[in-house]
Amino acid sequence: NESAPQESESNQIVSCSKIHIPSNHLGGFNRSNANDGRLLSSSPGAGTGGTATGNNKPAPGPPEEQQTLLAVLQFLKKSKLAESAEILRREAGLPEDALDPKGTDASGSGPGLAAGSGQVDGVDASSLLSRVTVSSSAAAQAPKKAAAGEDQPDVSVVLSAYSQQGDPSLYDAYYSGLKRFIESVLDCHRAELSQLFYPLFVHMYLELVYNNNESVAKAFFEKFSGDQECYYEQDLRILSSLTKKEHMKGNETLLDFRTSKFVLRISRDSYQLLKRHLQERQNNQIWNIIQEHLYIDIFDGMPRSKSQIDAMSGSLAGEARREANKAKVFYGLLKEPEIELPLDDEDEEAENEEGKPKKKKPKKDSMGSKSKKQDPNAPLQTRIPLPELKDSDKLDKIMYMKESTKRIRLGSDNLPSICFYTFLNAYQGLTAVDVTDDSSLIAGGFADSTVRVWSVTPKKLRKVKSAADLNLIDKESDDVLERIMDEKTASELKILYGHSGPVYGISFSPDRNYLLSSSEDGTIRLWSLQTFTCLVGYKGHNYPVWDTQFSPYGYYFVSGGHDRVARLWATDHYQPLRIFAGHLADITCTRFHPNSNYVATGSSDRTIRLWDVLNGNCVRIFTGHKGPIHALAFSPNGKFLASGATDGRVLLWDIGHGLMVGELKGHTDTIYSLRFSRDGEILASGSMDNTVRLWDAMKAFDDLETDDFTAATGHIHLQDNSQELLLGTYMTKSTPVLHLHFTRRNLLLAAGAYNP
Amino acid sequence: MSLIHSETLVVNCLRCSWVDPFKFHCSKLSIVLSRFVISAMAEERRQKQCSVVLPTESMKAMAESVGVGQLQEDSCVALSEEVSYRIKEIAQDALKFMHHGKRRKLTTSDIDNALKLKNVEPLYGFQSQEFIPFRFASGGGRELHFYEEKEVDLSDIINTPLPRVPLDVSLKAHWLSIEGVQPSIPENPPPASKEQQKTESTEPLKVVKPGQEEKGTIQGKGQSTTTPDGKGKEKGLIRLKPRSTHELSVEQQLYYKEITEACVGSCEAKRAEALQSIATDPGLYQMLPRFSTFISEGVRVNVVQNNLALLIYLMRMVKALMDNPTLYLEKYLHELIPAVVTCIVSKQLCLRPDVDNHWALRDFAARLMAQSCKTFSTTTNNIQSRVTKTLTKSLFDDKTQWTTRYGCIAGLAELGADVIKTLILPRLTVEGARIKAVMEGPVVSNIDKIGAEHVQTLLLKHCASVIAKIRPQPDNVEQYRAEYGYLGPMLCSHVVKARTQATLQAQQVNRTTLTITQPRPTLSVSQSGLTGSGGPRTPSIIKVPSSLTLMSPRPGTPSQPSPPATKYIVMGTSAGAASTQQVRVI
Repeated sequence: NESAPQESESNQIVSCSKIHIPSNHLGGFNRSNANDGRLLSSSPGAGTGGTATGNNKPAPGPPEEQQTLLAVLQFLKKSKLAESAEILRREAGLPEDALDPKGTDASGSGPGLAAGSGQVDGVDASSLLSRVTVSSSAAAQAPKKAAAGEDQPDVSVVLSAYSQQGDPSLYDAYYSGLKRFIESVLDCHRAELSQLFYPLFVHMYLELVYNNNESVAKAFFEKFSGDQECYYEQDLRILSSLTKKEHMKGNETLLDFRTSKFVLRISRDSYQLLKRHLQERQNNQIWNIIQEHLYIDIFDGMPRSKSQIDAMSGSLAGEARREANKAKVFYGLLKEPEIELPLDDEDEEAENEEGKPKKKKPKKDSMGSKSKKQDPNAPLQTRIPLPELKDSDKLDKIMYMKESTKRIRLGSDNLPSICFYTFLNAYQGLTAVDVTDDSSLIAGGFADSTVRVWSVTPKKLRKVKSAADLNLIDKESDDVLERIMDEKTASELKILYGHSGPVYGISFSPDRNYLLSSSEDGTIRLWSLQTFTCLVGYKGHNYPVWDTQFSPYGYYFVSGGHDRVARLWATDHYQPLRIFAGHLADITCTRFHPNSNYVATGSSDRTIRLWDVLNGNCVRIFTGHKGPIHALAFSPNGKFLASGATDGRVLLWDIGHGLMVGELKGHTDTIYSLRFSRDGEILASGSMDNTVRLWDAMKAFDDLETDDFTAATGHIHLQDNSQELLLGTYMTKSTPVLHLHFTRRNLLLAAGAYNP
Repeated sequence: MSLIHSETLVVNCLRCSWVDPFKFHCSKLSIVLSRFVISAMAEERRQKQCSVVLPTESMKAMAESVGVGQLQEDSCVALSEEVSYRIKEIAQDALKFMHHGKRRKLTTSDIDNALKLKNVEPLYGFQSQEFIPFRFASGGGRELHFYEEKEVDLSDIINTPLPRVPLDVSLKAHWLSIEGVQPSIPENPPPASKEQQKTESTEPLKVVKPGQEEKGTIQGKGQSTTTPDGKGKEKGLIRLKPRSTHELSVEQQLYYKEITEACVGSCEAKRAEALQSIATDPGLYQMLPRFSTFISEGVRVNVVQNNLALLIYLMRMVKALMDNPTLYLEKYLHELIPAVVTCIVSKQLCLRPDVDNHWALRDFAARLMAQSCKTFSTTTNNIQSRVTKTLTKSLFDDKTQWTTRYGCIAGLAELGADVIKTLILPRLTVEGARIKAVMEGPVVSNIDKIGAEHVQTLLLKHCASVIAKIRPQPDNVEQYRAEYGYLGPMLCSHVVKARTQATLQAQQVNRTTLTITQPRPTLSVSQSGLTGSGGPRTPSIIKVPSSLTLMSPRPGTPSQPSPPATKYIVMGTSAGAASTQQVRVI
């Protein structure tokens, strides 16, 4: 699994060494140097050239990680990247002889563990704890043995794990035997044990294919594929096309299945039942598969019901392990910098509406005091270095606060107005849309590789004058910022040319000076909205980049693409600062947490992961979607996450507890956009089914707080109240809704291309 | 065959065949590709996808195309399996690109991108925005799909002027919702779709009004549960059609008042606006019953009063209603059709039949009738045959007046060439004799004479083009006379004219299709081709929606209308003429 992203990574290293982008290309980024220093000091080794590979695993603690490192090392050696290998080895503190050929042994136990014991420095306490609990359980044997063998470093090794085989003709009997058994157990256990069907089915099928029993495999598939849950259909389709051993090589889906263990969550009682049955029947074949390829997470307590299981399953690799969601997440918001409002403007306005300023002032004070209080769940202000505020940013903040006093309070009885921006004559070419925070600009990415920026206010878009003309300007004058603009270039629309493939992701910087675009050509481009030219092309993803987004504080941005990794960049570095690896399929969408300390990524493997920007760790894995995830949105208070997928459902997640807290059904097609209103009362969702829907987010989250979370078992109990939460459905005239945006006054803007 | 060998060969094979300038194989592969994609996209059905494999003959054909003559059967099998698998893989990836392109349709560029992902050279020069039409042919026990490629004469392309540059992307804002309520503006879909209106009218038992919650149904349910006895009673209950109230909001009432006043008022500009509103507004369905009653009552009254202008206005309202794509008119045909037919065949439509141009109204109404026959006629309501029957009956009646006769013929003629052929052509001799009696016989009344003249021109106009089509070439005056009696010679000259015009028009059609000067596909080219006199004006007129052209305040010549240009344009002139004239009269 590791080899794919690493490969592109190493390519990137090579390619980057050829490209020198002087940092002064980034006009206006004066603060960059200071930040750079701080960033480096906060996490040593970050962003230093070729060692980027090591960054996402700074604490090679558990043996698996150790082994991954070894595999990477071996790969680098094999690719004759001796220098990188050496640096990585030094960084990771591995001994000189760590790269013993034994290191890639299929059992993978020996050297990795030995080396790992030397310098376990940052083992996560919780993960260690869970390890202990698991091994003390009855199933101690299985997970332990399996743990040693997971994250196989090489493809051939992965495949060879299938070499042992039973009689192919008996597979059918084994499977149907198990099926009969599971169908005969008590109802309460049946739902839990039924989870076994799918992974077992896939592994047995793959084993048959691997051992060249094509016809048996085909018969097996045809006989039992119909029994599988409908949400696995997409994977089954891929599986069905795979009928030969040769196909297995290079098939990503298969590799995913092999390298990651399918995680099942089963109650202790059910597990005992299964174990007893298998031992009685001496059904070693199935037992082997369970032991080697499945990870059974056993919990004490009542078995879960069918609906509970269905809510959580559906991802490519089963549910998330419980310990994966145990890490503490600082989901609170950062303290807003204190800015004194210049009251004179306010007064001017107040002259028109008498009596109001007095009302406003106390309100403002209360708001200010709210933001002064430190949220216990918030990360430290300096947890990651953030750019300092410039004067223009402060002005913008003031504008923001002014606007927010005029904000409409939304609620179930006070729905927002929706203004729809239709892209006409787009000929099906519109692929991405973004709107600036102050709703003054709207940008569209198109399949013809262009990016178009419109001004939706009367203020037209102007370029900065050429260097020669700028020399003529009186730099002392008050309106110098106005004078540097070239009136002749004023227009409502500017087109940015530069990409060589469809533009799939687009994002404005918070200060509206820059625009990011990610494209099929594998690059992310940074555009200046002052000169309307491209400043930097960030190369790293060698495959299509599906999405990119600026941090809410600017400077950083995240991208994710077909190469299955998300990358964190800073605008003044041409190499990524962090690489978030772990998804088993394309990363389809990326979002920054409002406090900029976390990044959420949605993927085609039907999971959502939350990554810590500070250390690159994956801190949450959310499973439950039944299709690739195409939309993510954080609630403004940072506590919740909403996600939308091709299955047309919106799921709501509590980040702190790491649990699914709601399901909104109603859309009939892929959801491409989600957005919370500015105060978080309303969730808007836009979909390919040409509708915008509004949901009562307040109610969805309020109901929860009374519930006690059974976080220990991770059980959830969802009420089916989508209909109550749905506040409105608005059809467009065959215009899929690609983007949603709440203005600072809570007017909802929607955008899409008319599709006659 | 070794694995690697087969793989490289396949990739080569794929590449070669795809880049092959002879598109045959390429198209064949694409068919398979599309078939796989279809099977991949058919989410609901769980097919036995294992078995979908390319036929080995395709492999052979492709191998031959790249110069491999003798391919063994088992290598073919191995190859075809491999190729099928790879194609499936590519299709899977292409779907990814489709999803990210935010589309529902897979395009060739998606497949290109998927190929690029696999490091295979994409298919150059095979761009197509929409689907690629594959033809199917079979014969001699073989089935073949092929991609039809016509030979193009290069000089034709060079000589034709460049097509219009496609419109650039633009941004347009509208209100999708205002504080939670979706406004009924043309940018938004109609509040109740046509299908919904249809189900409401055809299945009244399931009616759930969007506004008032299902009171009726709840009651119905309650009753059926409280009466446990007998199915018969329940059935009786179900058959009861719940009374549906048509409450109009104050705004709607105001709108209705404004619109109806503008439609029959004297200000032409206002009327134009009102009709435009009726023709395009998506939220009118609640007012439809009122409009329908307004029209039918209006016709009833004004026919008696012989108020030609108002009748014309009402007919234009009917036209506007029919033009509105969001309205489900079927429910109100019982009111509209009698009104329209009245305007076609009524004995007298105006105060001064000798001067006023009521003929234009008849023509216009006849056209409306034909249009509604075309759109609304079904096997259950049989509108067309009922209307035809009515019209023929009075046409065959000897006592029918000239005005009515004219209406009958116009109404029938508008229904199409087949109707003319079967119903009017056999009558030509009889009608000719009747006309002759008026024209050459003792002077009766002036009105009769005018009527006869109109009928004559009408017959000549409609019959000539039909005869031109069904009769073989040499047009002999004597033959015509023998066959059609009095009208024969005139018919003959008209037919000759029609023939020359048809050839002229054929050339024009060629021109128009190449230069794409016809922005409105609804107006068929043959009609515009006839535009002899109105030549230079037509393009500018065509651009305006037809409902607008009708109201063009252009002063027309009140006497004889010029020979027909496009249907609606000529109507526009004559109707406009009639109305202005009428206004003057009033």
